[in-house]
Amino acid sequence: MKEFFLIAGMAAATMATRIPLLVLLSRRKLPESISRALRYVAPAVLAAIILPIVLLPDGKLSVQINNAPLAASLVAVLVSWRTRNLLLTILLGMAALLVMRALLPL
Amino acid sequence: MKFAAPNSRIVAIRSRELRLMSKPLQRTPQSTTRRAEFLTGARDTFPLLVGAFPFGIIFGALAVTSGLTPWAAAAMSAFVFAGSAQFIAVGLVAAGTPILIIVLTTFVVNARHLLYGATLAPHLTKLQARWLLPLGFWLTDESFVVAAKGFESRKSAENKKWYLLGSEVAMYTNWQIVTWIGIVAGQAIPNPRSWGLDFALVVTFIGMLIPMIKGWPTLTAVLVAGAAALLGNALPHQTGLLIAALLGIAAGMATERTWPAKASQRKARE
Repeated sequence: MKEFFLIAGMAAATMATRIPLLVLLSRRKLPESISRALRYVAPAVLAAIILPIVLLPDGKLSVQINNAPLAASLVAVLVSWRTRNLLLTILLGMAALLVMRALLPL
Repeated sequence: MKFAAPNSRIVAIRSRELRLMSKPLQRTPQSTTRRAEFLTGARDTFPLLVGAFPFGIIFGALAVTSGLTPWAAAAMSAFVFAGSAQFIAVGLVAAGTPILIIVLTTFVVNARHLLYGATLAPHLTKLQARWLLPLGFWLTDESFVVAAKGFESRKSAENKKWYLLGSEVAMYTNWQIVTWIGIVAGQAIPNPRSWGLDFALVVTFIGMLIPMIKGWPTLTAVLVAGAAALLGNALPHQTGLLIAALLGIAAGMATERTWPAKASQRKARE
């Protein structure tokens, strides 16, 4: 029963973020300045998700070579920048992580 | 269809006969477009399925080791369908957090979807609730990014909705399957987080982010959002993420305005 309320509550909370604006704003025209601002949503959110995970593992700043996720992220950035190929970025980024974790004594 | 040839009437009648004969297999141009858009949306999402794969497995494994029953873990993926919120919720469940707090946390963690809805809504005008509700229910980070790009080359709301639906159904199906794999394999994996496979999400997001950076305004938005997220990391329940995103958006807008040269170049090209 507890699990039912947990999942029902989480489902409702999630839908409350995904559905209302999609429905409301599809019925009217947005001002030019707002629609321009919304073009920055995707890059800004992605950057705000990625950087803390990579640079603040365990909540502390870690800019060192033995931060394997950081090193692997740099590989991913490089691959993505040169190739623009998402699948290749994922595969080489993960490969870089596994290699560095195997090499670095942690 | 118009036929210029003299026997056009016959051809027209013939083709009509053929259409009637093959009614069950009939494909109108409209249904072909739908299929094509749906499949293209799914195909454009494929790399993200690969990225979500290890993430979902770890979620399933963590969920059952944190005290949720396998059914609750599967139901969470089926009805909540929000990777990062599910991860955090499982951690909170393990820590014995009250349900109300977990639900509120879910809302805050997912608040970024408000921005996604606002961004996609102008593309999905004149759609009825029976379309908007499922499209909203299935909206994730991944499908949002795929759609934001894919919508650029699509004109009508009709094409866009099928494209987005294809992406979302692909993500959803994949997420259910990998959650199940994780639940089943979960007991066999001793410490799922220590494998570092959840890092797949980070490289996936990097692969989505880098190609978006096409000019100074976007780069500024990315740097400001990233820096603000680092500074605001200690804020509770990922509120730092939302504030950082808003600051990044503001920075992008400000840069766009203070770089009139760029804008005039753009106009000159158009």
